[in-house]
Amino acid sequence: MSTQTTSLPPAELSGQPVPRRGRIGPRWFPVLMIIPSFVLIVVVTGFPLLYSVYVSLTPYNLLRPDTLAIDLANPFGNYITLVNDPVFRDALLNTIIFLAVTVNLEYVLALGLSQLLARVTVGQSILRTLLMIPMMFAPILVGFQFRWFFNAQAGLVNNILLSIGLIQEPIAWLVDEPLGMISIMTATIWMNLPVTTIILLAGTLSLPHEVFEAADVDGASGWQKFVRITFPMLAPFTFIALTIRSLDVARAFDIVRIMTDGGPAHRTELIWTYVTRLAIESNQFGLGSAMALITVFISLAFTVYFFRQLVKARIVQ
Amino acid sequence: MTTSPVTPYRRLNITLTNLLAWVVLIALALPAVWIVLTAFRPAAEINASPPVIIPRELTLDAFETMFGLNPDVRQRVPVESYLANSLFVAATSTVVSLIAGTLAGYAFARFRFRFHTAAFLAIMFSRSIPGVALSLPLFLLFVRLGLVNNVVGLAFVYVAINIPFTVWLMDGFFRQIPYDLTEAAYIDGCSYWQAFWRVNLPLAVPGLTTAGIFAFLASWNEFQIANVVTRSVSARTFPPGLFSFTEQFTFDWRGMCAMSVLMMIPAIVFVILTQRNLVRGLTFGAVKG
Repeated sequence: MSTQTTSLPPAELSGQPVPRRGRIGPRWFPVLMIIPSFVLIVVVTGFPLLYSVYVSLTPYNLLRPDTLAIDLANPFGNYITLVNDPVFRDALLNTIIFLAVTVNLEYVLALGLSQLLARVTVGQSILRTLLMIPMMFAPILVGFQFRWFFNAQAGLVNNILLSIGLIQEPIAWLVDEPLGMISIMTATIWMNLPVTTIILLAGTLSLPHEVFEAADVDGASGWQKFVRITFPMLAPFTFIALTIRSLDVARAFDIVRIMTDGGPAHRTELIWTYVTRLAIESNQFGLGSAMALITVFISLAFTVYFFRQLVKARIVQ
Repeated sequence: MTTSPVTPYRRLNITLTNLLAWVVLIALALPAVWIVLTAFRPAAEINASPPVIIPRELTLDAFETMFGLNPDVRQRVPVESYLANSLFVAATSTVVSLIAGTLAGYAFARFRFRFHTAAFLAIMFSRSIPGVALSLPLFLLFVRLGLVNNVVGLAFVYVAINIPFTVWLMDGFFRQIPYDLTEAAYIDGCSYWQAFWRVNLPLAVPGLTTAGIFAFLASWNEFQIANVVTRSVSARTFPPGLFSFTEQFTFDWRGMCAMSVLMMIPAIVFVILTQRNLVRGLTFGAVKG
């Protein structure tokens, strides 16, 4: 994402050439170029989101159209209901744990893998193609795939473990606690690992050689070079990867929906699956919208945080 | 990476690095390979215990069943309809978001104006709104507008969802084109639009391809919103169609794998096409602003 100043014009100010032809001046041209995008986004995301704020203040139930009105005596009723709802609190906690574990673990694994790939001498291009394979899977397919692998009866994981005699009884991966959560995290990490690795690999390969040569002259060990040079210099790439990742933290919904759908008994309930359960399955759109707005807040907080880190990392460079 | 002398210790180190990399990446790719292999396996091998790793024969049975060529199976998934809907939605939304996003990306890359950063951030952050959150108000609004079960409505939503990433990528690609060219165009008498259309856009074609592929795949794979606003078989796209398949019938694992393979085809083609540009597209601007 590029937002800070580069060597680009405010045309007239710097005495750079400006077009002599054309009726649209430098003031209006960029505005006209941006308008289509802006209008589309306002219509499809801005307006619905505002509408969602309104709905979240009503006790709206899809089957009772008369409930789509703000209850002036208790406009924040849905939010109060949510705060007092133990399932919601568990789902929120699950979501926070889920994000903390997957994002961190994913990053550490990707960092290790990228360092490995930067040093590989045999079959580099084949390895990179292998790395991209998980990217070909839509989240819904990732969910299906791991639902199958972790299936207690027909799943590959149990099948292998039973065959080689590591276990005697099938393990209920998607049912037992905390195995359900671990299965979902495994699927999520598998899906997101390639992009993060590729970005960190590109970053590693773009680091200037001179720095490493100087470190060699000073007799630095491989580990020292990694901790003192590679890791800090990768900061912009780290935050690019994390910003991209933060844009779709909610895509985990697809995986969970097909693997466990939050069950059994809310054990793997994440805030996104709970929204669907309340709104789409129980028609409680008021309550569902209130919670949906909380998910928006979480996603935005993530994105803003990583984006600011990205800007900071670039300024240091 | 470095120029240190090759000692026996270092040679061992290199061998181990290669070995580890191969083991890790094969393990990473294995689940995907298993899905693809299963789609082409004979039915008897599916739940064999111990698992049959390498299929003894390859067959297209699962695909024949999927497309209704197997007379023994009556109830089946309307894959053709899902495919047609997905293709329509992904193609139209890609074209429109590419047009809008490229225009905006150019403006952000080449002009300074009031609210430049604010507008850019507003567009970017709109992308982080989860589909789950968006699907509820969109469903309510679509009910009023009569757009539920309408592929055009869905395509419209995807356009807006794809714009932010397109703007980001195109902004970066335009910044890589030397400004001298634009300047020269101005001196030669081009208007702002001509400088964009005749000089910058042709040079940004690789970027356009990358952005288009990302947009296409995002639409092709989208599940949350599609699942809420398309309820009828005639309007369903592939991801919700695949999902309803898992809910309706007793699980046909091989059939699911065959559907997965079908759904992966565009991604496979695109990943092969863009291997190189992909990395560049995602990371430029990381070091230079």
